[in-house]
Amino acid sequence: MIRGKAWNYGDDVNTDFILPGIYLELTDPDEMGRHAMEGIDPEFAEKVQPGDVVVGGRNFGLGSSREHAPIALKHAGVSAVIAEGFARIFYRNATNLGLPALECPGVSREIETGDTVEVDLAKGTIVVNGAKTLRFTPVPEFMMEILAAGGLREYIKNNKADW
Amino acid sequence: MSTVAEKILAAHSGHEEVHPGEIVKADIDFAFMPALTAAIAFYAMNDMDIENVWDRERVAILLDHIAPATNITNSSLHKECREIARMQGLRHFYDINAGVCHQVIPEKGHVYPGMLMVGADSHTCTHGAFGAFATGIGSTDMGAAIGTGKLWFKVPETIRVNVEGRLAPNVMSKDVILEAAGRLGADGATYCSLEFTGSTVRDMTVGARMTLCNMAIELGAKTGIVEPDDKTFTFLEGRVGHSYTPVYSDADALYRETLEIDGGALEPRVACPHAVDNVKPVTEVAGTAVNQVFIGSCTNGRLEDLEAAAEIMKGKRVHPDVRVIVTPASYEVYGAANRRGIIKTLMDAGSVVCNPSCSVCFGGNHGILAPGEVGLSTSNRNFRGRQGSTESQVYLCSPVTAAASALTGVITDPREAWL
Repeated sequence: MIRGKAWNYGDDVNTDFILPGIYLELTDPDEMGRHAMEGIDPEFAEKVQPGDVVVGGRNFGLGSSREHAPIALKHAGVSAVIAEGFARIFYRNATNLGLPALECPGVSREIETGDTVEVDLAKGTIVVNGAKTLRFTPVPEFMMEILAAGGLREYIKNNKADW
Repeated sequence: MSTVAEKILAAHSGHEEVHPGEIVKADIDFAFMPALTAAIAFYAMNDMDIENVWDRERVAILLDHIAPATNITNSSLHKECREIARMQGLRHFYDINAGVCHQVIPEKGHVYPGMLMVGADSHTCTHGAFGAFATGIGSTDMGAAIGTGKLWFKVPETIRVNVEGRLAPNVMSKDVILEAAGRLGADGATYCSLEFTGSTVRDMTVGARMTLCNMAIELGAKTGIVEPDDKTFTFLEGRVGHSYTPVYSDADALYRETLEIDGGALEPRVACPHAVDNVKPVTEVAGTAVNQVFIGSCTNGRLEDLEAAAEIMKGKRVHPDVRVIVTPASYEVYGAANRRGIIKTLMDAGSVVCNPSCSVCFGGNHGILAPGEVGLSTSNRNFRGRQGSTESQVYLCSPVTAAASALTGVITDPREAWL
């Protein structure tokens, strides 16, 4: 079960917001985590708590292919990203890291920063403040398998014969 | 009834044909990584319990985004990449004396029509200009690709961008793709392939087509594709050392939609802060003061781009309130521009000419904007903070619009008569 506080950054949260280009030279995931969301909210890495959820509107993660972006979020403690829509490469990268990227129409209006969010991946539900229930678009089966394995690294390690 | 994208994915996944939405596992022909994403791709491969790349002839690392190194963190990363390349026995390693990956990869003959290419950089879609299916991926996907030679793909729907007519003088392919971005939007082609067709595209040089495909990602697309023709084959001659099979879309191929652009009527375009799809005619933003002009990048750092800029700047001086940074996209471009006197013209006008690299484009190398400054750039992204301070602004334009504006200090229509 994913449970935490929501941080809503609205539409068009690009990869430069999530991790500015100046940090692309980093290779240590925890160090990337210390700069998560610095392009849009420089205090995010200090404020975020393990389990928290980042919320966005349309086209979340547009821009660069830098996996540094979802790595930074994951290592800052973020347990899921929920948005109305995702840019393709970010969506793949997050899933490959075992960080659920969930599409949910209208979510950026339904969840506010500070709300408590509970995500049930199996049921496909997002409960907001223990009161309101939203449903996210079902994750394709193949991607669920990658998430269930904990990411593509573990998935390939365990499924070399079929890959 | 298939598009180029569908045919290439079918041919690489052992299918007669594939359809949009299907997930296929496909064989990769070539994979490349810039330094900034390479090391973590190899960590990913090792985490998959794979020690060596699947084929050392088909994997390349390039040191391009930051070059030469600017601090100990990135010099250490360069060192690590050199070591990885040596340990892995990679046949293709390009140090800081090569250039931007998307320019170097075609120059060195790694791209050819009909191939399936992945790169750990979002602008890998550039290579679709040669009739390839080329797409940008993250480092874990790259770890899988270089470790196994395979990757899964969702077959994209294809959107056709059909451009007809002769572009007016000083209207460039950059203006065409900015127009497409403005009309389709930054997520208008998410998960799709963009196929560029029409007489305007046929008239374009290979380099101009690269500019179109380069920015496909800015519309959310997985790849941009131009069908190959004699211009493509001429460029590749002497570079690609083997035969290849060009792929073309069927006459009855299914497109999700077609965006028609009247190339003959198109005016220069500018993407305004802070979004690539915030596109306006240059006439609407003319007069906006700029502090820095950047001519370069994988979008517009090619010989013809520098030549077009030099044509405008020849015998003139850049405005005293503007600093102009010109960065050729590769050493091949740099050398040719030097031999033709283009570098001298740009320098004589007061430009700073830098060595080939990603330069100003991504805000991690040099030419960083200070708070309150305005940059005008021929690159591909103008997100807030992209080229420096989050309180700076970036406008995107063609090389001739950039050159004209460099002379006046304000955004300037490159069709103005005095130029």
